[in-house]
Amino acid sequence: MDQTKLVSLVAVLALAACATAPSPERSGIADEQVLATLRASFHKKGQADLDRLQQDDVQKLCSEYRDGKPPADVARNIQDSQIETIKYPADGRYLGDWKAGEKVAQSGVGKQYSDDPSVVAGGNCYACHELTKHEIAYGTIGPSLYHFGRDRGFTLSMEKYVYGKVYNSEAYLACTNMPRFGHMGILTEQQIKDVVALLMDPKSPVNQ
Amino acid sequence: MNGIQRAAIAIAAGGVVAAAAAFGQQPAAPDSTAAQIEKYREAVAEENPAELWEARGEELWKQKRGPRNASLEQCDLGLGPGVVKGAYAVLPRYFADSDKVEDLESRLVTCMVKLQGFTREQASKDPFGGPGKKVPMDALVAYVVEQSRGMKMHVALDHPKEKQAYELGRDIFFFRAGPHDFGCVTCHGADNKRIRLQDLPNLTKTADAQHAYTTWPAYRVSQGEVRSMQWRLNDCFRQQRFPELSFISPASIALTTYLAYNANGGTLEAPSVKR
Repeated sequence: MDQTKLVSLVAVLALAACATAPSPERSGIADEQVLATLRASFHKKGQADLDRLQQDDVQKLCSEYRDGKPPADVARNIQDSQIETIKYPADGRYLGDWKAGEKVAQSGVGKQYSDDPSVVAGGNCYACHELTKHEIAYGTIGPSLYHFGRDRGFTLSMEKYVYGKVYNSEAYLACTNMPRFGHMGILTEQQIKDVVALLMDPKSPVNQ
Repeated sequence: MNGIQRAAIAIAAGGVVAAAAAFGQQPAAPDSTAAQIEKYREAVAEENPAELWEARGEELWKQKRGPRNASLEQCDLGLGPGVVKGAYAVLPRYFADSDKVEDLESRLVTCMVKLQGFTREQASKDPFGGPGKKVPMDALVAYVVEQSRGMKMHVALDHPKEKQAYELGRDIFFFRAGPHDFGCVTCHGADNKRIRLQDLPNLTKTADAQHAYTTWPAYRVSQGEVRSMQWRLNDCFRQQRFPELSFISPASIALTTYLAYNANGGTLEAPSVKR
């Protein structure tokens, strides 16, 4: 861990400690005991080993604030620590191919122990979001993204924001339900660019 | 017509409806899909294929099996030795003989060990059926659960270990981890949400928790199997990208205690029929 990360980590933990008023829903069970129970209750299968039960700081904090809404200072620190993790494309281009992005949005394959680890993972965007009008089997955990670019303007800064949001959603909304697709290695840089195109290319069906 | 024949016809009829829904000309709008599934549920409610599992489970319950050549008829599911009626409505609960909180599946394993002389490994090695593989556990679960149909869930948290299991289960429900940062709460912590077209119950709210919990176990039309609560939790964690949940593990029983207690007051309608 480099120094910057360490400092921001310490800041997150320190602030979390001050801000943690015991929520009425918190049990008296220590985090270590919960983790020990989980480790004794799961076993490695396929690509999913027990390391997956080890929470990072974001996961820890977001498990603690059970309504998914940490206090403002904790939220700010989570976002600040996560925005530093975003690796933008070296070529400075965010827009890939929206047709490839549509495939990423449709595919829910990846990271389950029943999945072949050699098969490229999808983003499964449709599981939670409305995106286009031709796909009506969409979920509603996340907001509708139909007309995303058309409503916000087809600007470079908006493309960059979408790239960052897909790469690490916690950088923009602490304790969101949305996975950190780039940060956690679910999607590649090219796949994220393709998803950006699905949302931001004027020709994409999202913007028709 | 006997129960097995009726159930067989229901499976055949169910297949036709399911096929029609799956291969219909136009994907239906979300609302009408839900309505179709509801209609299908009503159509098969009286001809539930789970009857096949229940009948097999009753036979297994009474059959002398294991090294001790004993039946399960003296198994204490919480209401006294041999009492099956109403037992599922009060599970999970604390059992003094094992000094543990046990759900239905873990209690059945305990009885197979204590009464029939199986080892724990033998009694729990085939927890879920699959294509061409019918396992005793699914059948026994279906039989016991059926005997509480129409009764109200009333899980107590009187014993300290019951309270502990509930609290641990609640902690696990909100525990986010893995490559996707998912926890149970990701899908089951808000009202009126869907994944694709699948409605998601908010398991932190009484009405949704009651409806969800009291309709498991279920005959899954898409799988042609009766699926237990242990199976349901196992499959949720697979989709959460966690490692595999071990059968009747402490976490699985704690989580079941949390969900069952949240469903208190709900009327059991299981085994039900689900897509």
